[in-house]
Amino acid sequence: MSLQDYESVIGLEVHVELNTKHKAFCECSTAFGAPPNSQVCPVCLAMPGALPVLNREVVDSAIKAGIATHCTIEHFSRFDRKNYFYPDLPKAYQITQNDFPICTNGYVEVAAGENLRRIRISQIHMEEDAGKLIHHADGTEIDCNRCGVPLLEIVSEPDARSAEEAVAYLRKLRAMVRYTGISDGRMNEGSLRCDVNLSVRKKGEEAFGTRVEIKNINSFNFVARAIESEFKRQVDLLENDGTIVQETRRFDEKSGQTYAMRSKENAADYRYFPDPDLVPVRVTDEEIEEIRTSIPRMADERSAFYTDVYKLTAYEAERLTEDKEMSDFFETAVSHTRYPKTLVSLILADISPLFTEEMAEVPVSPSSLGSLSDLLGDDEINSSTGRRILKELLVKDFDPVAYVKEHELAQINDRGVLQPVVGAAVEANARAVKDFLSGKETALRAIIGFVMKQTQGRANPVLAETMIRELIAKAN
Amino acid sequence: MDYRSMQLQQLADGLRARDFSSRELTESVFAAIDKTEPVVGAYITLTRDIAMKQADRVDALLSEGRELPPLAGIPGALKDNIATAGIRTTNASRMLADFVPPNDAFVWRILRQQEMVLTGKANMDEFAMGHSTETSAFHRTRNPYDTSRVPGGSSGGSAAAVASGEACFALGSDTGGSVRQPAALCGIVGMRPTYGLISRRGVTTFSSSLDQIGPMTRSVRDNALLLDVLAFFDEKDAQSVARRTDSFVREADAPFGQPVIGWPQSYFELNDLRGDVKALLEKARDFYASIGARIVPVDLKTLDACLAGYYIISSAEGFSSMNRFDGIHYGRRSDGGNSLEDIYFHSRSEGLGTEVKRRILLGCYALTQENYGDYYLKAAKVRTIVKREFEAIFRTCDAILTPVTATPAWPLGSHPEEMGGGKYSNDRFTLPPSLTGMPALELPAGMTGEGLPVGMQLIGPRFSEGALYRLAAAFEDAHGLLPTPEEVKA
Ligand SMILES: [Zn+2]
Repeated sequence: MSLQDYESVIGLEVHVELNTKHKAFCECSTAFGAPPNSQVCPVCLAMPGALPVLNREVVDSAIKAGIATHCTIEHFSRFDRKNYFYPDLPKAYQITQNDFPICTNGYVEVAAGENLRRIRISQIHMEEDAGKLIHHADGTEIDCNRCGVPLLEIVSEPDARSAEEAVAYLRKLRAMVRYTGISDGRMNEGSLRCDVNLSVRKKGEEAFGTRVEIKNINSFNFVARAIESEFKRQVDLLENDGTIVQETRRFDEKSGQTYAMRSKENAADYRYFPDPDLVPVRVTDEEIEEIRTSIPRMADERSAFYTDVYKLTAYEAERLTEDKEMSDFFETAVSHTRYPKTLVSLILADISPLFTEEMAEVPVSPSSLGSLSDLLGDDEINSSTGRRILKELLVKDFDPVAYVKEHELAQINDRGVLQPVVGAAVEANARAVKDFLSGKETALRAIIGFVMKQTQGRANPVLAETMIRELIAKAN
Repeated sequence: MDYRSMQLQQLADGLRARDFSSRELTESVFAAIDKTEPVVGAYITLTRDIAMKQADRVDALLSEGRELPPLAGIPGALKDNIATAGIRTTNASRMLADFVPPNDAFVWRILRQQEMVLTGKANMDEFAMGHSTETSAFHRTRNPYDTSRVPGGSSGGSAAAVASGEACFALGSDTGGSVRQPAALCGIVGMRPTYGLISRRGVTTFSSSLDQIGPMTRSVRDNALLLDVLAFFDEKDAQSVARRTDSFVREADAPFGQPVIGWPQSYFELNDLRGDVKALLEKARDFYASIGARIVPVDLKTLDACLAGYYIISSAEGFSSMNRFDGIHYGRRSDGGNSLEDIYFHSRSEGLGTEVKRRILLGCYALTQENYGDYYLKAAKVRTIVKREFEAIFRTCDAILTPVTATPAWPLGSHPEEMGGGKYSNDRFTLPPSLTGMPALELPAGMTGEGLPVGMQLIGPRFSEGALYRLAAAFEDAHGLLPTPEEVKA
């Protein structure tokens, strides 16, 4: 037996840090990067007698996430206490939702080869973040700025079967949080964190294997690598009569391996019980509907529209909608051009990297890119000029039509203008003409190249070729 | 000056009429403290300097002719689990012996706006876990009526201070009876209002779903006046509820009418209910019948279940609320050990007393994955059943009359700390209102032959404080205030 005979069964727990203005249970700011312990109050510091009050913004965000992932929004949900000791947790319990989460039974669709695969979501619940420990040579300090920052935990069913599917699912979730505007979804800043539950089984088997949890992975790349290495580790164990232990492991980014955490961390009993300081969360149908109409169209809906109306391929549509900003950009730009397909290839080839993780500025305006698409689509400029102009646009925005005029870059489509240049080219490349006539088609390239050079690249290369062929045929 | 013969309203009137100054009143109260406190031990921290400054300020304002709120210039005490910014708030624990909170509890903020005079922070059972104020890490408090006996608890310091004249009023907190029981044993009036009527914010949490702040006073109208001041909706306490009356004092004075009072026969047939306690309660019942109330027997079956349910819920919640006292975030850090675990272990071992540890362990046990269903969930069910039982009775009754304790105050040190019997069962009459969130008012029913106060409890449906005050005021008007300890001895 080999790796190919096994499949991995993967469930994912994704923590999304919400971008609400205030913390989940107090009025402290959630802004990133403030000096340690500058965004704290009696509530998030757990002063004796301090009481939490739920920030309703958190509920709205959870409902948005639930709607975007086709969940049932529960009219009744409740907060529980998860009790454990750790210095980053001043209350010694985390407020979370254990028994009655706010969203249940949803799904996300991801591309799996030709088809769409459905990854089911069992629940989405609200909870709070812990603080941060800062270790020094002479001790450890506690920064409580993150204590009480709201999180959503999105728990999937064990439906993903490969690292690719797991990553595709995460990309979908990231797109979702950005579409709904509930989080910036930046994995490198920890606003998207992922735990992976993984077991393996022989292909075709129904029963699940022993599940291992890999905690706190913070990039798509590491998720894929952690899954692949853990998959190999488990298959190796099975192939060599080893036993897979149900445990929690961590992924080491340097070695690319997972390793087991102390068994004590595995044996924790969190003694969950309903938080008596808080009242149950009640949501009405009216509230759900109000939020439903307020959130922007989701990726899937846009994707279907793009293939239907703009005749994009499924691949193009999916790529375009992966990021809300990119999709928004496309939708603005497409109103400035008659050539959507040309626009899409420009966006996907040269602009899409700017919309990814780093969120760099996109200097080119949607209308300029629309104009450029028209220039290309109307054969006003050729593709090499198009590339040249796009390169300039990515430095600083300008009007491509005026630019083409000003720099006399318009493609020469006029036979009368090209006639003398083509004549000169045939004359100057007698050798190539001879080769062509003896059946060497490629020899024509040298003559076209001459024409392009003479016209500073502005000649319509297709027209130039036709005219060269005509001239040679006439002369011989 | 003779402040002991005056109720809060009379003190307020006297101050405004300039019959006496707040300074004189405050000095008189501190004179009583100087005399009595060495024996009674009602306080953990006395705030004499602060009190004198507050008194002088009120006198100055009054001489300017300013209108002041009712409690202005009147000395009162706060239980030491109520956060007072800049004044240490120990919770009677070694753990927090030096803890000075940065913020005021909501109730203390109200009382400061009222310009009350703070005498000090009253002794209590450690973290409000106890029934006799003997679990205080500092010292015991003695019952002013018999200093060989306990004052009850956990608000024993507050009760003893009011009973002995070391304060004109006090605030306590009541989780399972911690206002009503010491008020009964010390012969004063103690109210546990509807759950949420007084904000819990800034009062050290023992058990969030049970904790309530309660006024402790010599008279019924004093108590209503204090509740009028304290009952405010607090949007920062998720469990806060808005009051439904402008004035509890006015409701206390409304016509008596023909209320229906439930008499739970089964409570009075319990073996451990002492004969003289029972007799005083029967006299109260007969009094009510004589002034127009209708007494109806009611059938209450849940008292024993309440005891178990209460200890599981309060200990489970208490376990969780107490874990922040770990020597890292809050509480005195032990010198023993360097590892994180050692710091937790030694700090908690040294900082917390036996009773607190016992409750933490019980709660910890009741909440494990294995035990949750058998203990916590069952206790939650008991709570629902008790609530239904009382709601059903209140469809036909306006109030239920019950004992507060089975016996009057017992000798210091005579009840070993043990769970599930003895001392714990003595308190079970106070548990149903705690579990159901319904208000319960304790007032003196009389005295035993040996001169010990006996209390009675009036329980009503949610938001019925006004009706309870009315019933209590009728009794008090007919019987007068209980003689003070000084009067008994004289
Ligand atoms: Zn805060």
